[in-house]
Amino acid sequence: MNQRERERERGPFAIPNNAQMDWQGQKRAEMLMQVMLVVFGVVAFVVGYSIGSFRTMMLVYAGGVTLTALITVPNWPCYNRHPLNWLDPSEAEKHPKPQPVPSKKKSGKHHHK
Amino acid sequence: MHSFGYRANAVVTFAVTILAVMCSIASLSDNFNASSPTAEIKVLNINWFQKQPNGNDEVSLTMNISADLQSMFTWNTKQVFVFVAAEYETPQNALNQVSLWDGILPSKENAKFWIHTTNKYRFVDQGSNLRGKDFNLTLHWHVMPKTGKMFADKIVMTGYRLPDSYR
Repeated sequence: MNQRERERERGPFAIPNNAQMDWQGQKRAEMLMQVMLVVFGVVAFVVGYSIGSFRTMMLVYAGGVTLTALITVPNWPCYNRHPLNWLDPSEAEKHPKPQPVPSKKKSGKHHHK
Repeated sequence: MHSFGYRANAVVTFAVTILAVMCSIASLSDNFNASSPTAEIKVLNINWFQKQPNGNDEVSLTMNISADLQSMFTWNTKQVFVFVAAEYETPQNALNQVSLWDGILPSKENAKFWIHTTNKYRFVDQGSNLRGKDFNLTLHWHVMPKTGKMFADKIVMTGYRLPDSYR
């Protein structure tokens, strides 16, 4: 199945049902999650402390956590911009797996010389 | 695996960790609160003073309690519990504490108060030691935070004396 056939099946921007984020996406999501939570924590504390309201601190932080979860938990398309391009099975057939040739390394080297 | 569930778990775990840090710092911030509480208690009258049939002395007092604990309130204060205790020394016990009155201050607005009251709880001695006894009235308070460490402190007021005879 080539790229075009795959896209015809599920549309060019859709995320495969059971797909995971690509490697870059995972790194990005994790970084974003940690940075956002720390920033929201600091902002919530500063706001709450400066206006003297514990409740406000909790509300700001709760909002921040919700927003962070919405941004970093679902597998958004922006986390799938670097897909791993596996070779098509037909490629594998064109380049068959090299068969191990037992105990002929040394002789092979000599042969090349 | 970097699935939905994995990421949701990571967000919740990290969020709760940061929440714990925030609450700890909030609790620590209470240490920077400089407080200047004041209190005054006047004993207006000894209503009666007698020996119970079982031999214990009991007193009934009328007091005027006024205090200003507003400076105890910080952004992290849930409420302040106050109580007035009569404290005195007897041959059996180095320190006797009898709670006479208590109250809960739910907000800063309630923390500057004035009350004219008889003792809410019975002032009974363990024995018959109260005649002519010098005692202290102590205003104790416990500052209950929204999160973190609870603080307790007191103001001791001295120079009170019970009558020399029952009445």
